[in-house]
Amino acid sequence: MAASSANKGKSVKPPKLKPTPTTKDAYTKMVAPKPVDLSKEEEMAAYREMLLIRRFEEKAGQLYGMGHIGGFCHLYIGQEAVVVGMQMAAIEGDQVITGYRDHGHMLSCGMDPKGVMAELTGRSGGLSKGKGGSMHMFSKEKHFYGGHGIVGGQVSLGTGLAFANWYRDSENVSMAYFGDGASNQGQVYESFNMAALWKLPVIYIIENNRYAMGTSVHRASAMMDFSQRGASFNIPGIQVDGMDVRAVKAAADLATAYCRSGQGPIILEMQTYRYRGHSMSDPAKYRSKDEVQKMRAESDPIEQVKQRILADKIASEDDLKAIDKEIREIVANAADFAQNDPLPEPSELYTDILI
Amino acid sequence: MSVQILMPALSPTMEEGNLAKWLVKEGDKVSSGDVIAEIETDKATMEVEAVDEGTIAKIVIPAGTEGVKVNELIAILAEEGEDVSAAASGGGSAPAPAAEETTSDAPAPAKVAAEPIKVEVAADPDIPAGTEMVSMTVREALNSAMAEEMRADKNVFIMGEEVAEYQGAYKITQGLLDEFGPRRVIDTPITEHGFAGIGVGAAMTGLKPIVEFMTFNFAMQAIDQIINSAAKTLYMSGGQMGAPMVFRGPNGAAARVGAQHSQCYAAWYGHIPGLKVVMPYTAADYKGLMKAAIRDPNPVIFLENEILYGQSFDVPKVDDFVLPIGKARIHKKGSDCTIVSFSIGMTYAIKAAEELAKEGIDCEIIDLRTIRPLDMETVIASVKKTGRLVTVEEGFPQSSVGDHIAAQIVQKAFDYLDAPVITICGKDVPMPYAANLEKLALPNVGEVIEAVKAVTYR
Repeated sequence: MAASSANKGKSVKPPKLKPTPTTKDAYTKMVAPKPVDLSKEEEMAAYREMLLIRRFEEKAGQLYGMGHIGGFCHLYIGQEAVVVGMQMAAIEGDQVITGYRDHGHMLSCGMDPKGVMAELTGRSGGLSKGKGGSMHMFSKEKHFYGGHGIVGGQVSLGTGLAFANWYRDSENVSMAYFGDGASNQGQVYESFNMAALWKLPVIYIIENNRYAMGTSVHRASAMMDFSQRGASFNIPGIQVDGMDVRAVKAAADLATAYCRSGQGPIILEMQTYRYRGHSMSDPAKYRSKDEVQKMRAESDPIEQVKQRILADKIASEDDLKAIDKEIREIVANAADFAQNDPLPEPSELYTDILI
Repeated sequence: MSVQILMPALSPTMEEGNLAKWLVKEGDKVSSGDVIAEIETDKATMEVEAVDEGTIAKIVIPAGTEGVKVNELIAILAEEGEDVSAAASGGGSAPAPAAEETTSDAPAPAKVAAEPIKVEVAADPDIPAGTEMVSMTVREALNSAMAEEMRADKNVFIMGEEVAEYQGAYKITQGLLDEFGPRRVIDTPITEHGFAGIGVGAAMTGLKPIVEFMTFNFAMQAIDQIINSAAKTLYMSGGQMGAPMVFRGPNGAAARVGAQHSQCYAAWYGHIPGLKVVMPYTAADYKGLMKAAIRDPNPVIFLENEILYGQSFDVPKVDDFVLPIGKARIHKKGSDCTIVSFSIGMTYAIKAAEELAKEGIDCEIIDLRTIRPLDMETVIASVKKTGRLVTVEEGFPQSSVGDHIAAQIVQKAFDYLDAPVITICGKDVPMPYAANLEKLALPNVGEVIEAVKAVTYR
């Protein structure tokens, strides 16, 4: 680093800055609501949905390894409680939009596993007729707006979905998911500003899985309380245990009620973890095996529900095994379909460019 | 010494204005900073302040005078101690009007004409012969097109910087807030990337946003959302959802606004599948194509030109005037050489053709109107007739719209060519600020004349 000649040889002390406390300091920090007790039905549904995502993603990983899936493939394993808990608070018409780690969101929105898997293999029966791929699937019917490959792009788009709700006087809210990495993109803050200015019904769900590709949050973010990333715009934020579906559901209940009542946007920082690498080609050398193992052993979202189900005798081991079997079957069927469905017709190359 | 007060320029492209009101009368004492008059342009009303102390000796241009040229003498100020009546009778020191600069090698550098341009709209097959015409500026054409479509469809709204309360940075949205209210005419913060994305998101749900960029130069901040989200979603979703919307605003060089505010994006957006790109010249085309763009279920880039905003053209007086996107218009029929141009490039093409006609060279001028989808059929048909092609545009030369047309002609009509195609573009330099350099950087009529003569071997 070049030093000016006047300062040569002198050690220059940086000026000390004292923080000026204001009454607004804690204005946007909201205390996380206590995890809600789920009903028996909700516990079972959460187990089933999270398990579907887990088994689906494991299968996708296998198919990728076998060369049936090409390009990029980002798995959601470990983060299942986030989208499943959020969807428990959704009503018909609420929109969901996310980035490229999107398979779990699609399944949770009720999109057909066959259609998702066939899109991963690039077949004509894929949700985008094989023209989108892992990162680009949509469903008008299920109000799922993608699947976006440009980090942070979905945040402005998701704010636009909320704008449409506001424009139409609808009670629906937009749920815009993005990661700790996307949280540093400029358009996120442009969107925060407009959402707060116009009081748009959008829940910004920051899935903080601690790594933006291979860069840990400590190396990429000057301020690591992601729930406070909207503080400049007076957007309240909550830090949520994203590994506990009950905590997510509680936060989702609060956030949806807040948005539906016309108070504007809210941020939920979901503290979560992905077990797999960023994508299939990521050996994940930036973190220790122990770190991953510890999360798996102590915080696994599916295991937490399973233990509660058994402890509270909501269902027996055999009941859960039956569910596992059923889910494996759904996933196996999806994989079969995805491998046997025909490739898109060459004529599809030139369709869907313009209406 | 008395001081001459001259008609001020209120914007980079202003050439004349109306002297709406004098706030002083002859004999009044004024000091520096006093408001002495109000000047009106089609964009705004502005106050004129005195820049010197003294007494108003004479008001040369009375209030209510229209079409006062920039730098015309409007009043004379007698300085302190000076004989007012002597000052009024003339003399005085005047700030020298900006010298009219001309380039020696160009015969008449394209001058922006304030008078209505005669356009052969009858040649447009989309307008039936005998249709009654009204004179309208490009600004009025755009404004009325948007207002009509907003009246017809509640899903249409406009958002952008200064579109509502300020009435539009270039007054294109004037009056829309009053008529349609703040939900449909929305002022945004200065965050192009963010509000373009919000517009696309809203469009994905079926709303029909018009996103105004104050200029397309600022849309480079938003180009990711325009291309990656608006243009590609229909394809990526297998046809399930797209972005039925319009991105619009002034594009290309205005006058003396420097490198960062003077770029043409026709070739940039013309490159992208999933977009339609419209770039009209006449007010009739602005109106008919803006209405078509708003109704189009695809994302449409509507590239306007600030210099054309204030120009008047004949527009058909019909209730719902819509033109087809993707169809070029033969502006003038001819047999010797085809000139293809669009937007403000047409001004060079038309003037050159007029000059060439005097020398007996009969040019056919095609106004593309739409850059994507490009109406090559019309261009090819014309080249088959004339055997020669010159393209004219203000954008940079490499990978220009003209380059693409030239390549297409070589591939599809090579045997009909009697001479190499010449593409006239802006020069391969960032836009300079100095008036003489700016003129050199833009195409000019002389270059077009020279090119046509070269391909017709005259």
